[in-house]
Amino acid sequence: MSRRRFVQGSILSGAALATLGGRAWGMAAANSAGVLSGKRFDLAIGSVPVNMTGRPAVATGVNGLTPGPVLHWRQGDTVVLNVRNTLAVPSSIHWHGIRSPANMDGVPALSFRGIMPGETFTYWIPLHQSGTYWYHSHSAFQEQTGLYGAIVVEPAAGYAQHFDRDHVVLLSDWSDSSPEEIVSNLKMQNDYYNFHERDAGTFLADAHRRGLGATIGDRLMWGGMRMSAADIADVTGATYTYLFNGAPPGANWTGLFRPGERVRLRFINGSSMSFFDVRIPGLTMTVVAADGNDVEPVPIDEFRIGVAETYDVIVEPTAEAYTIFAQSEDRTGFARGTLATRAGLVAPIPPMDPRPIRTMTDMGMGTMNMGGSMAGMDMSGGKPAPANSGTTGMADKRRMGGAMKASPEGQKLHVGVGVDNVAMDPINRLGEPGDGLSGNGRRVLTYNDLRATIAGADPRPPSREITLHLTGNMQRYMWGFDGKKFSQAEPIRLARGERVRFTLINDTMMEHPIHLHGLWSELENGQGDYRPYKHTVIVQPGGKLSYLVTADAPGMWAYHCHLLYHMELGMFRTVVVA
Amino acid sequence: MTAGGPAALAQQTPAGVQDAVRLAPLEYIGGMQPVMDNSIFAHVLLEQFEDRAAGNGQQFRYDGQGWIGTDINKVWVKSEGTVGTRGQFSDSDQELLYDRAISRYFDLQAGVRMDLDNGPTRTWAAIGVQGLSLYFFDIEATGYVSDRGRTAARLKGSYDILLTNRLILQPEAELNFYSKSDRGRSVGSGLSDIDAGLRLRYEVTRKFAPYIGVTYAGYFGQAQPIAHSNGDRVQDIRFTFGVRSWF
Ligand SMILES: [Cu+2]
Repeated sequence: MSRRRFVQGSILSGAALATLGGRAWGMAAANSAGVLSGKRFDLAIGSVPVNMTGRPAVATGVNGLTPGPVLHWRQGDTVVLNVRNTLAVPSSIHWHGIRSPANMDGVPALSFRGIMPGETFTYWIPLHQSGTYWYHSHSAFQEQTGLYGAIVVEPAAGYAQHFDRDHVVLLSDWSDSSPEEIVSNLKMQNDYYNFHERDAGTFLADAHRRGLGATIGDRLMWGGMRMSAADIADVTGATYTYLFNGAPPGANWTGLFRPGERVRLRFINGSSMSFFDVRIPGLTMTVVAADGNDVEPVPIDEFRIGVAETYDVIVEPTAEAYTIFAQSEDRTGFARGTLATRAGLVAPIPPMDPRPIRTMTDMGMGTMNMGGSMAGMDMSGGKPAPANSGTTGMADKRRMGGAMKASPEGQKLHVGVGVDNVAMDPINRLGEPGDGLSGNGRRVLTYNDLRATIAGADPRPPSREITLHLTGNMQRYMWGFDGKKFSQAEPIRLARGERVRFTLINDTMMEHPIHLHGLWSELENGQGDYRPYKHTVIVQPGGKLSYLVTADAPGMWAYHCHLLYHMELGMFRTVVVA
Repeated sequence: MTAGGPAALAQQTPAGVQDAVRLAPLEYIGGMQPVMDNSIFAHVLLEQFEDRAAGNGQQFRYDGQGWIGTDINKVWVKSEGTVGTRGQFSDSDQELLYDRAISRYFDLQAGVRMDLDNGPTRTWAAIGVQGLSLYFFDIEATGYVSDRGRTAARLKGSYDILLTNRLILQPEAELNFYSKSDRGRSVGSGLSDIDAGLRLRYEVTRKFAPYIGVTYAGYFGQAQPIAHSNGDRVQDIRFTFGVRSWF
C-alpha cells in the first residue's frame, strides 16, 4: 500500500461501499439515513465492516454506521434511547457534554454497570440545554474503533444567529492497528509513531542557520532533559488516517450550499488522540458557539479543536467550492471535506503548515523563550527552530529546577517514576492559539476570544480552590494528575451546591483536553461574568488556567484527559458530588 | 486570575460540610474500575541477532531481553551468547530479574544470572540498574556475587544516532569485570573483556531493522593469556550483519 493511499485513504472501495446503502462506512451526516430525530431512539451497538485505507477492517459503530447516526434532539424534550449491545464484549454510550442525571451518563463503574453483550439499556435524558455535542463509548478502547456520533440539540427559543443550512463536521482518527497494539507499542517505545524526531539532517540545517555551537547547545539541553522537542503527538499519521464525517481525505465528503446562504458548520473533534487545526481557504468563519454554548460571534480564519471539543461556525460561501481543511497538529496528515454548490466539485487542498517544535515555554519555563515559541517552526527539511538567545541560561535554570519550584503546589510535587517534569514557571497561555499556530498570518481563535452571550448563572465566588497538576512520564508512557494514576488516587469530593475553582497546571510537554462530566467548566479567560461554559478545556503545555464549577448535579462523575490513551493509563479522577 | 488564594478561599466552606463530603463512602458499581491503568504489557527485544564474519570463520551472536509487567513491577529476562566457528557455544548467560521502577528514567533490577554454555556453569546473584541516562544513553550496570564467593560487574551502554528517522547508527559496548580469574570461562580478574559494535540499521518498521556493522571483541589483563591458551583470539574485529527486532 502506497503512503499516499494510506494517508488519503481508500477512494474506490469507499465509494463502492458507500453505494451499498451507505451503511458500510460513515457518510452518515451526508445522507438522511444517518440522521435520526425525535424523542425515542433504538440504537444497536455492533461491528461494522469498513475500508478506510484500502484494507478491509472491522469498526465498532451504531446501527451499522461509523460514525453512528447524527442524533437530532430538541431542547425541552426528554429523549429515551434504547441501546442494544450486539458486541461480544461490554459496551456503553456516554453523551458528551449533555448534563443528564448521573445514572444516565454512561460511564461504566461510575454511572451504571455498562451494557452487557445482548443487553439493552434504556437511557432517558431531559434536555435542559441546546447546542452541538457528541456521543461515544466509555468502554475500553471502543471509541478508537469507531463508536461515536454527533448530537445536535435544537434550542427551544430558536437560534441567536440566523443560518440557512446546517452541516455536522465530525473529525476523527482511524487506525488499522488495534488500540491495544497502539498502546502496547507506546509502552515499549514512546516515540514509536513519531518519524519526525530531530536527526542528522535537521542538525546540519540548524547548524547552518544558527551556528554549530548554538545547535550543539540546544541538543545538549534537550538531551539533558531526556525530552524531545519534536514530541507533538503520541499517535500520528504514521498509523492514522484522519476522517471527516467518517470519510478519509480521498473520499472527499461534500456538503452542499446555494451561493449567498449562511451555512452553519458544527465541528466536533471525535478523535481518540488528534488535535486539528481547521480552516476553509477563502472563507472567514464566524465562531458562534463553543462546546454547545453560544458565544459572542468571533470572525476568524482558523481554529484549533482539541479532542472532544465542539465549535459551531457560520460561513457565507459565494464561490462554487471550498476545501474544509483540518490538519493534525503534528502535520502528519489531514482530514478534508468540500463545501460545494453541487457534488463532484473540488477546491485546491492547501499544503500542510510547518510542524511546530516544542520550546522551553512548553516545558513550563514561562515566557523566557516566547520569541522561540512564536517563531519556533520546524519545517521538514530546512527548519527554523526556537530562538537561540538565552539557551545556556535556560539550561542553567533547568539544572536548578529539581529543587526550585515557583508555585506552592509545585513545591509539593517532585519528579519521579510518574512525573518527568514539574513546570517551574507555568503561565497563562489562554491568549495563545497553540503551538504551531502563532505568526502564520491568519486570525486564529484563542480561548480569550470566547465570550458567553449571557452572564454566568451562579454569581457566587468560589469557596475553595482545587489545584491539579497534569503530569506524566513520556519515556514510560505514564499519565496522571499530581503524579498519581487513577488507581493510586482518592476521588475529588465536592459538596452539593458548592462553588469551586479548579486550577490546572500542565507539567507535561503536550496539550491535554480535560473533560469534566456532568458539570460545566466556566473558563476564567478575562471576560468577567461572561465566562464561556465548556465541558472540555485544553491546557497548553507549560500552561496554567482556572475555571469555576458549580456542583449542582449529585452523583459520581468522570474527570479526565480526553486523549484516550492518557485516560486509560491513569489521567482520570472520580468527582463525587454529594 | 486566582485572587484570594486557596488558603483564604478554603475558610469560606464550613468545615462540617467538607468533612461530610470527605467521609462519604465511595463504591464503584459492580466493583469495576472505570479505567484499567495497571494493565500488564510484555515485549521482547532482540537487540543483536547477527552473523560475525572474519578471515578465520563465522560466528553467530545474539543478545536480547524481554519483560512482562506493569509500570512499576516487571519480570525481566536477558540472554546473550555466541556460537563460534567450531560450533562451540560460549560467552552465554541468562538472567532472570525482578525489575522495579525507582526514578524517572531508571529501574532497579535484582535476580539471578546463570552462565550456561559449553563451558562450566556458574551461578550468580545479580543486582543493578537499567535506564536512560543523560543525553539519551541506554545504560545497564549490574553487580554479581557468585555461589563461589566471587564478584563481577557488567556495564552496558548504547546510543542511537539518528542519521534519518529510519537510518540509525548505534555504537554499543559491553564491559565485564571479575574479582578473580576463572580459566574455565576465559575470564581474568579486573577488566576481563569488552564486546563492542558499531551498527548501522534501517528501520523498515520499528519492529524490524536489518543492520550491518563492525564488532570488536577483546580480552584484557589476565584474561589475555587465558584466552590465548584456550585458542581464542585476543583481539577480534569482524564485519557483521543481522537484524534487530522486537515484538
Ligand atoms: Cu492527556
